[in-house]
Amino acid sequence: MAEYKGVLVLAEAADDKLSTATVELIGCGRKLADDLSEDLHTILLGNGITNLAQLAISFGADRVYTIHNPLLKDYVNGSYTQAMEGAAKQIMPRIILIGHTAIGRDLAPSLAFRLGTTATTDCIELAIEPNSRQLLQTRPVYGGNALATFTSDCYPQIATVRAKAYPPAEPDTSRQGEVIAIDAKLEPPKVKFLERVYQVEEGIRLEDAAVVVAGGRGIGSADGFKQLEELANLFNGAVGATRPPCDNGWIASSAQIGLTGKIVAPDLYLAVAISGSSQHTSGCSGAKNIVAINKDPEANIFRAAHYGIVGDWKKVLPAFTERIKDLISGKP
Amino acid sequence: MNTIVCTKQIIDPEAPPSSFKIDTVANKVVPPADILPVLDPYSEYAVEAALKLKDIHGGQVTVISLGAGLLREIIKKPLAMGADELVLLEDESFTNGDSWSTAYALAAAIRKIGDYGLILCGRQSADCDAGQVGSGIAEFLGLPVITLARQIDISDGSARVERVTTDGYEVIETPLPAVITVSNEIGEPRYPTIRGIMASKKTEPTIWQPTDIGLEPSQVGVAGRRCQVVRLFQPERECSCQIIDGDTPEEVAVNLVERLRQEKLL
Repeated sequence: MAEYKGVLVLAEAADDKLSTATVELIGCGRKLADDLSEDLHTILLGNGITNLAQLAISFGADRVYTIHNPLLKDYVNGSYTQAMEGAAKQIMPRIILIGHTAIGRDLAPSLAFRLGTTATTDCIELAIEPNSRQLLQTRPVYGGNALATFTSDCYPQIATVRAKAYPPAEPDTSRQGEVIAIDAKLEPPKVKFLERVYQVEEGIRLEDAAVVVAGGRGIGSADGFKQLEELANLFNGAVGATRPPCDNGWIASSAQIGLTGKIVAPDLYLAVAISGSSQHTSGCSGAKNIVAINKDPEANIFRAAHYGIVGDWKKVLPAFTERIKDLISGKP
Repeated sequence: MNTIVCTKQIIDPEAPPSSFKIDTVANKVVPPADILPVLDPYSEYAVEAALKLKDIHGGQVTVISLGAGLLREIIKKPLAMGADELVLLEDESFTNGDSWSTAYALAAAIRKIGDYGLILCGRQSADCDAGQVGSGIAEFLGLPVITLARQIDISDGSARVERVTTDGYEVIETPLPAVITVSNEIGEPRYPTIRGIMASKKTEPTIWQPTDIGLEPSQVGVAGRRCQVVRLFQPERECSCQIIDGDTPEEVAVNLVERLRQEKLL
């Protein structure tokens, strides 16, 4: 039997750089590779990706594989699965790490089923079992009520990793590595990519904001969210939401925070009229400080919050906003 | 065009967190005794997507579920919403599977049903949240897959799908048959009508065991797993919440600002 060795990280590009998720993934993969005393590989798919290879090496990759192919310009499941299937069979990695991104959550299961192995999605912790050298993959289940650790004796072991689960790798431009181009013959995909539509709110990105003001079902209307926006703007922060406000159209669905939305880890998270389902708190539990305003003292959000106010947000929030305005304008 | 929808009965995800218990020896969740299971909310979005297409294009909607001891009043909900047929892979051997063995059994059942243009699943189930079964079915059947659909339009043997991404959506076109997993952005599932509920009472599900779909019990459920659960546990919450008080909402708000300033958070 051929031997599976090393850790392979699938890199994603963002604005001609490696995405933040990729830099975190390389950091995580480096640690696992060191624990195994094996190599860390990174793979780049697409067009015009050569300059990213050196970047991946500086973050910790020993070897970077590239697949240049016009069919990989935009993400399409069929082409990416085929390219990664070929690469996995050639590189024979023990572990494949993919970001739990729009691409990763689509690609990883297809790739695993194609290779006859398993994938564990949305992992928050990965470790090597010292005896079996298998990958222990821990992820939230039951809407975040529980954590489960999975392993498998099928190879390669594939995991998608949640954003911000690992700190980004530190670059070291003196690092040396090898760049290898893989020649992939891809069939034209059955599925056609037509266009990408951005629905991004103006202002700072939710994932990058140091302060997030988030609202739940109790906000009640789009007008209510305008009040949250006013407060968020004072902090140069961003507005988030649980799922019901997005489903009701009070705010764009790109503002959704939680298991099926975005994962945020700001310095300050203001949860306004949010009951605190595990679904939602799994998206914000990385926040350094959570402040909850809810009229129900039994609301689950108070179990996740550091500071709490039991009261009607419609009365508390305007007063809070006014006080912040006073401070900004220099009033004592 | 006929559509097949895969659905799942799960422990109510909206049940209070205090009712959530784990058997740490068996690594399994202990279903709360006094709270009924529900149809997985993401399954309902998939059913809704199928019924939206049926409203426009007609055709049969067949629903499949897998498990053992499935509660009829729950698992029949898609029929009450307007689906036409229900197939249950119902046998103890189907239970405690992983994404692999579940997708394998569902794919075998879909092959047996045969006449379909579209297969729909929820984007994930609200218990395991893995989001893999749809992709697995597609691989086993050799079909294209599109995940996280927020809009599906069918014409001339192909589907045009809007797929949710982090910052918006992308538009993808696939020939049919194909597998599509449905996200909550598709729109609220319809309520069962009185007529639907009456009809669903009269419709008996077709029940298949592994041999009915050409499989051995050793290929499905727990026996067919490719990944193992090492440990299932509840995360410890170290947080203790400090409640900010005051006589009026205004005072509470000012006190909160003061406290956050003391902690250098503002």
